[in-house]
Amino acid sequence: MGTFEFLLQGILIAAQPMNLLYALIGVTLGTAVGVLPGIGPALTVALLLPVTYKLDPAGSLIMFAGIYYGGMYGGSTTSILLNTPGESASVVTALEGNKMARAGRGGPALATAAIGSFVAGLIATLGLAFIAPFVVKFALSFGPREYFALMVLAFVTVSAAFGDSTLRGLTALFVGLGLAIIGIDQQTGQARLSFGIPDLLDGIEVTTLAVAMFAIGETLFVACQGDRIPDKVEAVKGSVWMSAQDWARSWKPWLRGTFIGFPIGAMPAGGADIASFLSYSTEKQFSRHKEEFGKGAIEGVAGPEAANNASAAGTLVPLLSLGLPTTATAAIMLAGFQQYGLQPGPLLFATNPQLVWGLIASLLIANFMLLVLNLPLIGLWVKLLTIPKPWLYAGILLFATLGTIGANPSVFELGMLLVFGLLGFAMRIFGYPIAPVVVGLILGPMAEQQLRRALAISQGDVTTLFMSPIAAVLFALAFLAVAVPLVLRARGKGEVLSQFAANED
Amino acid sequence: MKHFFLASLIAGAMALPALAADYTIIAPAGPGGGWDQTARSIQTVLQDEKISGSVQVVNVPGAGGTIGLAQFASQNSGNPNALIVGGYVMVGAILTNQSPVSLKDVTPIARLTGEYEAIVVPAASPIQNMEDLIKALKADPGAVSWAGGSAGGTDHITAGLIAKAAGVDPTKINYVAYAGGGEALAAILGNQVTAGISGYGEFEAQVKAGTLRLIAISSAERVEGIDAPTIKEGGLDVVVQNWRMIAAAPGLSAEQVTAINADIEKMVNSEGWKTILKTKGWQNTYLAGDAFKAQLDEDVAATESILKDIGLVK
Repeated sequence: MGTFEFLLQGILIAAQPMNLLYALIGVTLGTAVGVLPGIGPALTVALLLPVTYKLDPAGSLIMFAGIYYGGMYGGSTTSILLNTPGESASVVTALEGNKMARAGRGGPALATAAIGSFVAGLIATLGLAFIAPFVVKFALSFGPREYFALMVLAFVTVSAAFGDSTLRGLTALFVGLGLAIIGIDQQTGQARLSFGIPDLLDGIEVTTLAVAMFAIGETLFVACQGDRIPDKVEAVKGSVWMSAQDWARSWKPWLRGTFIGFPIGAMPAGGADIASFLSYSTEKQFSRHKEEFGKGAIEGVAGPEAANNASAAGTLVPLLSLGLPTTATAAIMLAGFQQYGLQPGPLLFATNPQLVWGLIASLLIANFMLLVLNLPLIGLWVKLLTIPKPWLYAGILLFATLGTIGANPSVFELGMLLVFGLLGFAMRIFGYPIAPVVVGLILGPMAEQQLRRALAISQGDVTTLFMSPIAAVLFALAFLAVAVPLVLRARGKGEVLSQFAANED
Repeated sequence: MKHFFLASLIAGAMALPALAADYTIIAPAGPGGGWDQTARSIQTVLQDEKISGSVQVVNVPGAGGTIGLAQFASQNSGNPNALIVGGYVMVGAILTNQSPVSLKDVTPIARLTGEYEAIVVPAASPIQNMEDLIKALKADPGAVSWAGGSAGGTDHITAGLIAKAAGVDPTKINYVAYAGGGEALAAILGNQVTAGISGYGEFEAQVKAGTLRLIAISSAERVEGIDAPTIKEGGLDVVVQNWRMIAAAPGLSAEQVTAINADIEKMVNSEGWKTILKTKGWQNTYLAGDAFKAQLDEDVAATESILKDIGLVK
């Protein structure tokens, strides 16, 4: 049987009524648990995987696929509505999504996230089915120097998330980079800035920082303003659904997000967070509504959400074709697959075609179910914004704390949540953006380790960084990203830039 | 609104029974590595053999397992449901990292398996065998980059022993540390480094598929089912076995320790465990109780001297 027959057969099995029900249950559970801040997809899958063991292999595969995609998607809802990213890949979604929600456009923001996730999931799952061997070859061609170049590009372009003042943005970034140094250094095994506290040997958990800075900091900020601001934000202004203009502004970011997310997700040291950062900055570059960025641009939700989901499918590429789990989520999935008798590895597609195609078909069905579940719920979700403030923020505090304890049951971790919440509060008061702190904590250690590995391999020869074609191209892009706006601004004070944007199609 | 609370309640209800699992096993390494595989194998067998209803594995990667060990010891005192996987790598890492938490701060239960170190090169590498690698190492130790697990772990120690036996200054080796075997494997497959060194199980699938070339194995004699010469046959007297163990939390009562011991013994004697040992190529080196504790003390002393010898511990 050829690829298509296997896939069709898989879809036929997955589309049986009972299996569709399993998919719906899986997606519902995955979304419900994924919604809790601090509980990312890895923990969601780990918590819910045992539920699938009781079913027959086909049913459990399908329910599992639903949980996986549901968990990936769940984080974006709280990011958009409550400004509380559940995991590192949803941080940028909060930037524009929450601004939209406050302006009464929470409905379109959730819709573009849901449909974008569907489109990206669909394309990326098909990519997994048909071009996995090529993608894996490309992903493996990334060594330390290429990763380092990718990080540099991310650092440079992510400055788009820095808000209005570059200086304040950079200050926030360096706060994040400073926090990133804490913990045992991987290359030498030496403890840095841990002050003899064992809990700090582990470094600072990204989700703790993100939840603290966004959720706790925001709550404190709102609380200290008292009655001076109106009690309610307008939940719905205009339609709950996406307008024609929203569609027109969303479809290209969906596709771009997919093409950024899928290959980066497939890279052993890539990840959904980097993909979402790069997608956000790409959208800011391409958008014809640059002035809206930071105030609720729909492109800034559509792109990163698509990238996030495409990278979730990308993660399955090295897992299935090499047996190489590159994220915690993938490692848990590996244990799950072994339960179903699936042995991921280089020979999987040859020895176990039925199960592989069954899984891929399940992913397609689960992806579809996600859309079926979430679109009708949008009307209900946005009503969340009409809850009186004291209740809403008390609820946010509760879930932020619960999520942190769920992810890492430790008193010290709760203390850190509070301290970073205060830091986020202070930064808000003084007008510093908070996203760069989280970005610094995520990208800092990756960039450092990869640079040091690259230099170790080349025995200290710095030129090695530019000797690989991929790295050279990435560095050139990073350079252009800095230089071009500067040059254009100097020559035409932005006129050329806006002309560029106008000529884009 | 109602739905939001309903959803949260469902989420909470789902999460609570799972959190109250019979056992939570910390795998103090990144996904895909040896400890991760050990922890997940234990999880599978404990569940399949109905020894425990629900077992969870949590990855706490980094620094040869000392990060996971520190977290485990500090957070689980007196918790009879918490287990941690560890091994020889941890013994070395505690010494090189001057870790404030050592194996004395947990309750060792049993040594479970042993695995030999495998030395591999990418299929496209000009290096065909151990002699070629030794030649390259002697010519310029810095030009031979080794990808393996955390600094000071078994992989690092083995690379150091090879260098020392070959008459090369072991402090000159160019060892690139990765968070786990999985990430190191990607670097080797991508031709980023000269050679890879890690447990055989981590390379097995790739060796069988022909994408990696296995040039030596660190056993005393050839191992059945593994088609490679020993390092000894390559002319260097280096034998390393990377054993793995399971430990429980500190501060347990004698009854609690006995109960865990009984569960682990039941697991080791099960058919499921034997099958896993066979498919993963691990040797059964089960040793429990005081005999294991005595062995552990000996190993700590021996490792310290090896690490000093090759300059990893001052």
